[in-house]
Amino acid sequence: MTIPVTDRDLVVAASLLLIHGGLSLGLGLGVGRQVLVAALRMVVQLLLVGLVLVWLFESVSPLTTGLAALVMILFAGREVSARQERRLGGAWGYGLGTGAMLFATVTVTVFALGTALRPDPWYDPRYAIPLLGMVLGNTMNGISLGLHALSTGLHRERAAVEARLCLGATRWEATRSVVRGALRTGLMPIVNSMAATGLVALPGMMTGQILAGADPDTAVRYQMLVMFLIAGGTALGSVVAVYGGVLRLTDERHRLRLDRLRAPR
Amino acid sequence: MTLEVRGLSRGPLGPVDLALAAGSCTALQGPSGAGKTLLLRALADLDPAQGTVTLAGEERAAIDGPTWRRRVGYLPAEPGWWADRVGAHLDADAASLAALRLAPALVERPVAELSTGERQRLALLRALATRPEVLLLDEPTSALDEEAARAVEALVGARRAHGLAVLWVTHDDAQARRVADRVLRLEAGRLVEGEGDDEGAPNAPDDGAPRDGAPAP
Repeated sequence: MTIPVTDRDLVVAASLLLIHGGLSLGLGLGVGRQVLVAALRMVVQLLLVGLVLVWLFESVSPLTTGLAALVMILFAGREVSARQERRLGGAWGYGLGTGAMLFATVTVTVFALGTALRPDPWYDPRYAIPLLGMVLGNTMNGISLGLHALSTGLHRERAAVEARLCLGATRWEATRSVVRGALRTGLMPIVNSMAATGLVALPGMMTGQILAGADPDTAVRYQMLVMFLIAGGTALGSVVAVYGGVLRLTDERHRLRLDRLRAPR
Repeated sequence: MTLEVRGLSRGPLGPVDLALAAGSCTALQGPSGAGKTLLLRALADLDPAQGTVTLAGEERAAIDGPTWRRRVGYLPAEPGWWADRVGAHLDADAASLAALRLAPALVERPVAELSTGERQRLALLRALATRPEVLLLDEPTSALDEEAARAVEALVGARRAHGLAVLWVTHDDAQARRVADRVLRLEAGRLVEGEGDDEGAPNAPDDGAPRDGAPAP
């Protein structure tokens, strides 16, 4: 039922990139080289991932599955800290976002493997790795948006937060409105995308499944499952990251400690 | 002594020794950047600092941060506001508003519409509302005209009569002599007794511009 995509098909599709080249030349955008590099990177990275997945799926070992998951989370953690304008200094800069992601994605993925999907064995990488990947990508967004909103918010609202502290507020009371804003910022993308899914956007995973021959009913059910997992993972991750951030940016004497933020790059 | 400070230091500040008696007012002068704001922030426990600070004989370390800051009030040169409406920040009665030449209707207005001088006086009322034992004032009248400044001095004076100890940062020599029973100078992070030439700057006109060097965040 699946129509195979041949090398020639891909070359034909890649010819669409000539539009980028034409635009870059015609309008002097100067992005021609970047587009070429990006396209090559995508091709090479996907080919490599394909190889790794084939190997992973054949081995079906808890060790290699766990290792692959860990590598994915560590890369995502780097992405989170790179996206911060003012990140936490020291090991916290990388550690907080990565830790929150590790906790949230592993919890949600194991939850799905133990309740909805129940593959045998439960760590079968054919299920665990794609699930983790999808939850990870979205949780990463929520966490990096939430942390960014927290650190820039506390920096911007420093006088207001300290005004509350001066009147005897605890660090939780004084930072409440900034925390609320940060959580809202972190959760907004997944809430919006749940509302728009199916009407405005056909999710990539679902279309992929349908193109690969799955019947739409199954594809739709999988998509719902994944959306719920993503929503749960994003919420868990954002909460852990934002409250962890407040803990780090204040201290046990309920002072605001913006000196623990690195200067913006 | 209500507030006793021994060997307080933080970065370029200190070590500072200082004692404030109940009902007293100490004026603090010194050039911009000498660390006056750093000292007030360290006393309010907003920044970590070395040294010991005691309040009515009790060590600061034994008092939790929020309680400490309720008892040792701090009015920064540019006070912060966390809600849109004035009334959300303080519960001011008409009498105390009138004492500071403020209209009662002010509490219904958005903070953003107020002048710097109005905000300064409202922040003073807000700081007094927790009934602190010590009050740290950072240029509380910098944006006020003469009449309003005198009203602030009178209000603080009335609270001193009830035992409030005040540390008052001012660039205005005349004000320092008027409000304080003791004048200290902070020079390059060290406290010295007595007044001196204070940058030759009298109380600035009402331009609302911050004049003191704010500490680097």
